[in-house]
Amino acid sequence: MGDLYDSQRAMRQMRKAAMQRGVVAILDVGTSKIACLVLRFDGPEQFRSDGVGSLAGQSQFRVIGAATTRSRGVRFGEVDAMQETERAIRTAVQAAQKMANVRVDHVIACLSGARPRSYGLDGTLNVAGGMVTEQDISQVMASCDVPDYGADREVLHAQPVNFALDHRSGLADPRGQIGNELKTDMHMLTVDATAIQNIFYCIKRCDLELAGIASSAYVSGMSSLVEDEQELGAACIDLGGGSTGISVFMKKHMIYADSVRMGGEHVTSDISMGLQIPMATAERIKTFYGGVMATGMDDREMIEIGGDTGDWEHDRRTVSRAELIGIMRPRVEEILEEVRERLDAAGFEHLPSQQIVLTGGGSQIPGLDGLASKILGQQVRLGRPLRVQGLPQAAIGPAFSSAVGLTLFAANPQDEWWDFEIPADRYPARSLKRAVKWFKDNW
Amino acid sequence: MRSLIRRPVADAAPRDPAPSRLGYRYQRLMLTPGFRSTVRIGVPIILILSIVGSWYSKPENRAEFAATIKDTKQTFQQRPQFMVQTLNLTGGDLTVMTEVAALLPSEFPVSSFDLDLEKIRADIEALDPIKSASVRVGQAGALEVRLNPRVPVALWRDGATLRLIDAEGTESGQINARADRLELPLIAGDGAEDNIDEALHLFAAAGPLIERVRGLVRMGERRWDMVLDRDQRILLPADGAVAALDRVIALNDAQDMLNRDVAVVDMRNAARPTLRMNEEAADALRRVNTTTSNNGAGN
Repeated sequence: MGDLYDSQRAMRQMRKAAMQRGVVAILDVGTSKIACLVLRFDGPEQFRSDGVGSLAGQSQFRVIGAATTRSRGVRFGEVDAMQETERAIRTAVQAAQKMANVRVDHVIACLSGARPRSYGLDGTLNVAGGMVTEQDISQVMASCDVPDYGADREVLHAQPVNFALDHRSGLADPRGQIGNELKTDMHMLTVDATAIQNIFYCIKRCDLELAGIASSAYVSGMSSLVEDEQELGAACIDLGGGSTGISVFMKKHMIYADSVRMGGEHVTSDISMGLQIPMATAERIKTFYGGVMATGMDDREMIEIGGDTGDWEHDRRTVSRAELIGIMRPRVEEILEEVRERLDAAGFEHLPSQQIVLTGGGSQIPGLDGLASKILGQQVRLGRPLRVQGLPQAAIGPAFSSAVGLTLFAANPQDEWWDFEIPADRYPARSLKRAVKWFKDNW
Repeated sequence: MRSLIRRPVADAAPRDPAPSRLGYRYQRLMLTPGFRSTVRIGVPIILILSIVGSWYSKPENRAEFAATIKDTKQTFQQRPQFMVQTLNLTGGDLTVMTEVAALLPSEFPVSSFDLDLEKIRADIEALDPIKSASVRVGQAGALEVRLNPRVPVALWRDGATLRLIDAEGTESGQINARADRLELPLIAGDGAEDNIDEALHLFAAAGPLIERVRGLVRMGERRWDMVLDRDQRILLPADGAVAALDRVIALNDAQDMLNRDVAVVDMRNAARPTLRMNEEAADALRRVNTTTSNNGAGN
C-alpha cells in the first residue's frame, strides 16, 4: 500500500499548496454535465467579525467562478472517450476561469462511476496500559487486515470511522487515553484503477494538477445530508445521469458507498426508444413533462413530440403525459429497486434512523418522493445541497449537490488513512527520520 | 434524387463548443498575473521606446527636434506679455546711473526670460557707490532698477587720493579736491577706515572746536590724533578717546588753551595730560621763568 500512501499524500500536499495560493477548482465529471467551480479561500472567517462562524464554517471560501457544460465522452460516470472528455473539461474550466478572472492550476475532481466497492476493516493493537499516542493510532490502522480487493482497483477513501479502547467504543480521538487494547474500524472504498487513471490523464492534458479525488456519492452526501442525518444515520441517493450513487452516513462518517449503473440518461433513452424520437427531444420532453405518478388529468394532456421527416403525420405526433409517465416510471422503479437491493445488502435497516435523501438531477422528477417512499421506506425526502457563498443561482439545484459537496470536501476534508503519521516500521530502514524518531522516543 | 425540402444534414446538430488547446492555453497564459502585466504594460512601453529611439537615433531628426524645441521656446518667450520695453532707473546721481546703465541690457525690447535679474542685481551691488539695489520687472514691461547708493560720511586721505567712506568704512568713490566735499570730515592714516564710527563720534564730540578741526589721523592703527589748524594736534588715547577730547574742550573753555601757542596736547596718558608748546613759546616761557627765579631767588 506504499504506492497509495504516496499518491494520496502527494495529492494532499498539492491541496495544501492550492489552499496556500487561495484558488482551487472543483470539477464534477458527470455523465450528463461537467461542472466546474472556482473557489477562493480567504482564510478562516473573513466575512464575519463577531466571531460566530456563519454557514457552519463553510464561509472560509467563496465561489468566484462557475461553469457547466454538456458532458461528452462520459458513460456511466466513467471516461469513455478521452479526447471528448478532455474538450468538455477544457470548456468548463475555461468558462469558470473567465468568470473568476484568475488562473487555476489545482483541481479537485470527483467521479460517480468506476464501480465503487466498500469494505469494512478493523484492526487491533495492544498498547499494554500505556497512553495512546499518534504512533499507536497509525499502528492500529496499519494492523487492519486489508482484503484482497484486486490489482486493478485503487483505494479512493480509507477513513477511520470508529476507535475503541478496551470496552469503550465510539471514541472519536483516543489519543492520550489509557487502556490496553486499541481497536479501530475503517471504511475503505475502492474503485477501478483505470477510471481514475483516465480522469487523471484527462485533467493532466488540460494543464491542471489533480489536488484530490473523491467519490461523487460521498461528496453529495456531505452536501445534501443535514448534520443530524449524518449523525443518526441516513442514506443519500444521488440520481445522476449515467449512474446513481448511494452513500450511507453514520456518526458523521461514510460507512458505505456504492453505485447503480443506471440513471437519468437511461430514462431518456427509454423515452427516445419508446416514442421514436431523438435523444435531444426525449430529454426536453422528460424535463418539461416528465413524472412518475399518473393522474386522470395526465391522460388529457397531450404533448407534441414533433419530428423533422417532412411526413406530416409523423411530424404531428402527440403523446399523452400518461404515456410518458408509463415509459418513465418502470425505469425509475428499476433504479430505485436496485438501490433498495444495495441498501439491503449493506444492512441499512439496522441503522437507528433510516432517513433517505434523494438528490442529483434525477431527483427533480415530479412525484419521485412518493414513488421512492413506496420502494425505499417511509422516511424519504428530497435533498438540495448546502448553500455556499457566491454560488450562482443557476447552480444551487440538486444537480449540483456533488459539486457543492466537493467544495466542502476541499474546505474541510475528513481525515483519511494517509493523513495520519506513517507507522514507524514503515519508514525505510536507514532513514534519518527514523533515527530522529528513535531519539525522540528514547530521550 | 435531391430532396425537395431542406433537410438537416446528419451532423448539423449544434456541435458542442470547446476551446482549442491553443486557445485554452492562451487564455490561461493571459490570466497569469505576471504575464498579463508584462503584455499590457511592458510590451507597449518597449514598443514606444523602440519607435522613439529609432527615430531619435538619426542625427537629422535630433537636430530637427532640438530646433523645434528651441523655436517653441523662443516663440513662447517672445510673446508681448513677457517683453521688457523700458528701463526705469531711480536713485543715485548721474555718474552712478551712467555706471549702472552700462551693466543693464542696452537694447529694448528684450524678453524677461533673457534677463537674469539676480545676476544684474549682483553686478550692480558690486559697484562701489551702490549699497544695495532692487531689480524687478514691473508694470507695463518696465525694468525697474532702484538704487540705494552709499552715503559718504567721511573723506579718507590716502596719499594724494581722497576717498569717500561711508559709515561701514566702505569706499564709495574718489574725489579730486578736498574742496569738492568740504562738509565731510577728513580722516587719514592706516586703519582709519575700520574705525570710522569712533572717528564720527570724535567729530561729533568736537563741539566748539569743529571750526578748527582739519581732520583725524589714525596713529599706529591704534588711536586717533585730532589735527587742528595752525598745526595743533590733540593726541587722543586708544581707549576713552571721546572722554579725553571732552577734557581738552573743557580745558580750552576754561583757559582758552588752544588759542595759545600750543603745538601738541598729549592726552594719551589720562593721569598725566601733557602740553607741548611751540619753540618760541617755550623759549619765551623759559626766559620768563629765569627772570622770575632771579627776582625771587629766595624761593
